[in-house]
Amino acid sequence: MASLGIDVLFKGTNFMRLLQGLWVSIEISLISVAISILLGLVVGVLMTVDNKILKAVLKLYLETVRIMPQMVLLFIVYFGTTRVFGWDLSAEASAIFVFTFWGTAEMGDLVRGSIKSIPRIQFESAYALGMDKLQTYLYIILPQTIRRLIPLSINLITRMIKTTSLVMMIGIVEVLKVGQQIIEANRNTSPNAAFGVFGVVMLMYFLVCWPISRLSIYLEKRWT
Amino acid sequence: MDISILREYIPLYKEALLLTMKIGWQGILMSLIIGLVGSAILHFKVPVLKTIIGIYIEIFRNTPLLVQLFFIYFALPKVGIRITAETCGVLGLGLLGGAYMIETFRSGLDAIPVIQKESALSLGMSEYQTLWHVIMPQAISISVPGLLANVIFLLKETSVFSTISLMDLMFTAKDLIGMYAKTIECLFLLVVFYLIMLLPVSIIGAIVERRLRYGQFGD
Amino acid sequence: MSELLKVTHLHKEFGNNVVLKDINLSVKRGEVVVIIGPSGCGKSTFLRCLNGLEEIQGGIITVDGLPVEADKRDITKLRQKIGMVFQSYELFPHKTVIENIILAPTKVQKRNKEEVTKEAIELLDKVGLSDKKDYYPRQLSGGQKQRVAIVRALVMHPEIILFDEVTAALDPEMVHEVLETMIKLAKSGRTMLIVTHEMSFAEAVADRILFFDNGEIVEETEDVKGFFKEPVTERAQKFLRTFEYDSALYI
Repeated sequence: MASLGIDVLFKGTNFMRLLQGLWVSIEISLISVAISILLGLVVGVLMTVDNKILKAVLKLYLETVRIMPQMVLLFIVYFGTTRVFGWDLSAEASAIFVFTFWGTAEMGDLVRGSIKSIPRIQFESAYALGMDKLQTYLYIILPQTIRRLIPLSINLITRMIKTTSLVMMIGIVEVLKVGQQIIEANRNTSPNAAFGVFGVVMLMYFLVCWPISRLSIYLEKRWT
Repeated sequence: MDISILREYIPLYKEALLLTMKIGWQGILMSLIIGLVGSAILHFKVPVLKTIIGIYIEIFRNTPLLVQLFFIYFALPKVGIRITAETCGVLGLGLLGGAYMIETFRSGLDAIPVIQKESALSLGMSEYQTLWHVIMPQAISISVPGLLANVIFLLKETSVFSTISLMDLMFTAKDLIGMYAKTIECLFLLVVFYLIMLLPVSIIGAIVERRLRYGQFGD
Repeated sequence: MSELLKVTHLHKEFGNNVVLKDINLSVKRGEVVVIIGPSGCGKSTFLRCLNGLEEIQGGIITVDGLPVEADKRDITKLRQKIGMVFQSYELFPHKTVIENIILAPTKVQKRNKEEVTKEAIELLDKVGLSDKKDYYPRQLSGGQKQRVAIVRALVMHPEIILFDEVTAALDPEMVHEVLETMIKLAKSGRTMLIVTHEMSFAEAVADRILFFDNGEIVEETEDVKGFFKEPVTERAQKFLRTFEYDSALYI
């Protein structure tokens, strides 16, 4: 196995460093997902409001996010804002900003979808009881959508984690970058390290994402 | 924004777009083939093969394309499998996309009630005729919206090709920014060229979805 | 009259649940046999067995002397002799009325498309639907769909047609048009096996009545009028009485 570069992983702190790199990705994902879920709830409710201008603006937002690769958004925010506004956003802040921007739209659309699936009569019977709009959403509509939303939000986490692999492109040292560094440092002693290291990186991503997607599928089956 | 710079850069972006599209569509074609074959295997529960397909789907759906590409491009040569960056792009995209296409087609197949199949059989059709004339056309119609969503997703995913030194749109933008620091122009063209590639698919998607969705025959 | 369908000692079970036990039946050419009985008595499953849609655990079914076996290659040949009409019509939603009808004759029987189309339109005309030939199923009412499904079965020139509760999914006002079509078919000398809950229709159309209960043929008679007036077995009496109570309620 030595020739395939597995040994490199156990040299010094290499494995620890990979795990730390993985944690960087997960941390960025979790922060972005958390903000996305909160903002997404608001955006999703706004998407169902009967207001043409609001609808058009949110539709444009959603479509922009849907059509532009996250990598492009990442470049725009990281390189573009410095140029145009003179902001000096760190790579991490740029990443969290972009993923939140993306995640909020996706989450918003999920929220909109689940609200739309609630029969109209549910709103009407709440109004008939004298509730106002806010009360209707708070006590009647949102609680009904939560069950549907939880598996979908969990699914968003795995998508987010997979997408954070892009941040190495704007210079964040995450697991893949650490992997590259390790391979580079051991170039002479183990020329085949790429196999072991990238293999392990792939396995790490799998071990993180797979249980989460199973959980999401399990909950979806159980709750719907 | 400097118009003369834009003019100067456009041919470079055009080259990059053509390369991105070429690899993108080859990868998507591969994913469609994998999707059709794989979904049929899962639907008909072919022993052994269905387990292999299941494992394949889980691996490719639960790891990022970037990591898959790194593995195929940098790691596989170490065990003697050497391929060009372009082939690697097609292969990576095709394998990733295949995992998504299988699920899309499969949910289409599973959505057709069993009794539709039985009614075709009761007319004396063979299993093959039933699949070809009755089940598949309906399943594919149901799958079209999901399929187009996958196509957009895959075309977007091509943006990671630059990491294996393919001179795609991202690579060109990054390269030009690095060399001449015309950031605004470069980013502007990057957005425009991605729109050129993705907007038509997105619009077709919206139209087709309205037209072809299951049950819409005869509108 | 010669024997067309023969069932001997048919046994069918789902797991440990026996749904058909020791069914024996012989149907002659041109005969109309109506099967009645409470829900879940196995009468629909029986029809599905006849068409090889269900595997059977015992007994022999033959149509025109050929055995029906669910997983045999020549089952497709046999099914061409047996037409089937389903409760839920099961037209193909992606094909127009005429395409639905000519699909199997052209693909399975390899018949000439023009000739089949001509025949299809004649048959559609007989059920009053020739003007709907280019419609998609979803543009038709339930009753219209079911008449198309009957034509789709007829155009295959089957020796026998199985009707599985074909009016059960229809709105009451559409039941009549479908039953009328079936009565016409019966009068034209077709061999038919009908599962139904429409008692007065059964009485009008049947040459023979089979009363199913609990997976068995409890009563079998060619004295159709007599059966509906005064069935021999207690179970059949009880079953028919549920319908009387219903009509009594409405009076």
